[in-house]
Amino acid sequence: MSRRSRLSLFGVSAAGLTALLLWGIAGLPDFGHYRGPYGYALNAVAPTERHVTNVVTATTFDYRGFDTLGEAFILFAAALGVALLLREERAESHSLDHGVRSDAVKLVGLALLPVLLVLGLQVVAHGFITPGGGFQGGVVLASAFALVWLAGRYRAFRRLTPTPAVDFAKGVGAGGYAVVGVVALLLGTSYLQNFGPLGTAGTLASGGSIVLLNLATALEVSAAFVLIFTEYVEELALVPRETRL
Amino acid sequence: MIPLQAMVIGLVAAAGLAVVLTRDLVRLALMSSVFGLLLVVLFLVLQAPDVALSELVVGAVGFPFVIAVAIALDRSA
Repeated sequence: MSRRSRLSLFGVSAAGLTALLLWGIAGLPDFGHYRGPYGYALNAVAPTERHVTNVVTATTFDYRGFDTLGEAFILFAAALGVALLLREERAESHSLDHGVRSDAVKLVGLALLPVLLVLGLQVVAHGFITPGGGFQGGVVLASAFALVWLAGRYRAFRRLTPTPAVDFAKGVGAGGYAVVGVVALLLGTSYLQNFGPLGTAGTLASGGSIVLLNLATALEVSAAFVLIFTEYVEELALVPRETRL
Repeated sequence: MIPLQAMVIGLVAAAGLAVVLTRDLVRLALMSSVFGLLLVVLFLVLQAPDVALSELVVGAVGFPFVIAVAIALDRSA
């Protein structure tokens, strides 16, 4: 295809796309005028029905708990796929000069490590009170572990996250989520229906089984991200030093 | 829309354009991290702190890291 015909083809498609986008944007609700009645309904009922102050967590782990079960297993399958693809190809790596050489990066990494660890635990624990929850706290915790590697402590990173333990945590997290749903069934309610004492809103003892689902998700997410990170770091160790970034 | 939100939306758009226009792969990984960070700020000013927390790790750290490893592996191959 000549340059001229390619350009005209691009012109026609770009004009069409622009027209479609403008049409779509024109039909959007005004900025800040959310049209979903479901959101308003949940905002109104969740604090009194479930004794939680973060409606987002009440939605993901209670009203829409079944959707989150699917999401947890999507992440589970993705981490499993990474492990299957990368672990098989790699013999045990012996290169010890893993990771970063910059002293500044190492220092900042070490300094931030305790901060990130506490922040992650805090975000998980208060997930149903303040913004955050199992997923958000889980990824923060996983990045705290990743900082150990970034601080130049490859051996410490591997000792902290032995593969069998990480695999086990990942399985217990994902499986635990499903089991909490089964417990609700055994109690005679529907799958993943909230059970347990609802406690006092705004304290750590509130939300009923949201607490359990929150913890299971935190375990699964942090383990899955540590696993993915480990596989990539190990893969990086096979790259000769000169060609590193 | 308050001016702060409009400003951050503009910054996100500029960063998105910068990601698309970056040709060098290493710079692209870093630029996508900056783009992720700006998205975090956008979610924050739109009062979605839950999403901002996830985006902070996944978009600003995780995604660029995966790209960086992929580039390193590709260069050594």
